[in-house]
Amino acid sequence: MYKIAVIGDKNSVLAFKALGIDVFTVTDELETRKTVNTLAKNGYGIIFITEQIARLIPDTISRYDEKVTPAIILIPSNQGTLNIGMERINKNVEKAVGTNIL
Amino acid sequence: MARLNVNPTRMQLANLKRRLQTATRGHKLLKDKQDELMRQFIELIKKNKKLREEVEKELEEAFKDFLIASAVMSPEMLEEAVAYPKETIMLDIQKKNVMSVHVPVMSFKRKLESDDGSIFPYGFVETSSELDDAISRLYAIMPKLLELAEVEKACQLMADEIEKTRRRVNALEHRTIPDLEETIKYIRMKLDENERSTITRLMKVKDMINK
Repeated sequence: MYKIAVIGDKNSVLAFKALGIDVFTVTDELETRKTVNTLAKNGYGIIFITEQIARLIPDTISRYDEKVTPAIILIPSNQGTLNIGMERINKNVEKAVGTNIL
Repeated sequence: MARLNVNPTRMQLANLKRRLQTATRGHKLLKDKQDELMRQFIELIKKNKKLREEVEKELEEAFKDFLIASAVMSPEMLEEAVAYPKETIMLDIQKKNVMSVHVPVMSFKRKLESDDGSIFPYGFVETSSELDDAISRLYAIMPKLLELAEVEKACQLMADEIEKTRRRVNALEHRTIPDLEETIKYIRMKLDENERSTITRLMKVKDMINK
């Protein structure tokens, strides 16, 4: 059995706690990297991470892209979306098809 | 096109012919794999995009509600309210093999601890109604969010595999197969040439003996 986690700034992700998802609040780059790595090792199947935080650690996230678990999924934070999630979809399309067909 | 560096002998010719056959068969198989992967990928990525658009919009709404809630309530109160969730979500991940790509299949078990039907893990006395709104909205988004996770991960993995397969197909199509064909042709020419030169030599010798 796997667990689900949310990483982000406190104001954005606190609400997820009420749904029974483990919430981890981080502030800086190093802390985020550490949290992502420990979560990946400790049986978390999905890690939701806010785009504001994900922007700081693109290399760590791309490292987990090739693995089946954990799935790292970007979500917008309470300051709105930065469109990084959408860009990742478009990048996938470009990688697979060659051009953006969507 | 570069000719392979081999000796023009009968044995090499046989070897190369065998290699060409394998390469052609491999190319066909890989090409089929690529086509099928692409078909499934496009279906999936469209779904992915739609899901993400919806989720992002709805999440933003939920965050707005939560922001208002946190403005109305004191931070300690807010934290206390959500500190002990009533619901637990367990995730089961199975792997599915789609054209040799291992894609996760996720299933979720959401469990409420008591059966009184309320999803809110707090009493209503000290919390604001905005918090209720935010939580119930998030609660409603959850299934979509989890589905997004599954689809997006599958898309990522498939995109990687498609890229890899495409490189292989191209390498076979534009490099390996033409090279092999050219080398085979070269060896044939060379062998034929040898044969012709042997015949002419023999004729010449015969002529000389006859004289």
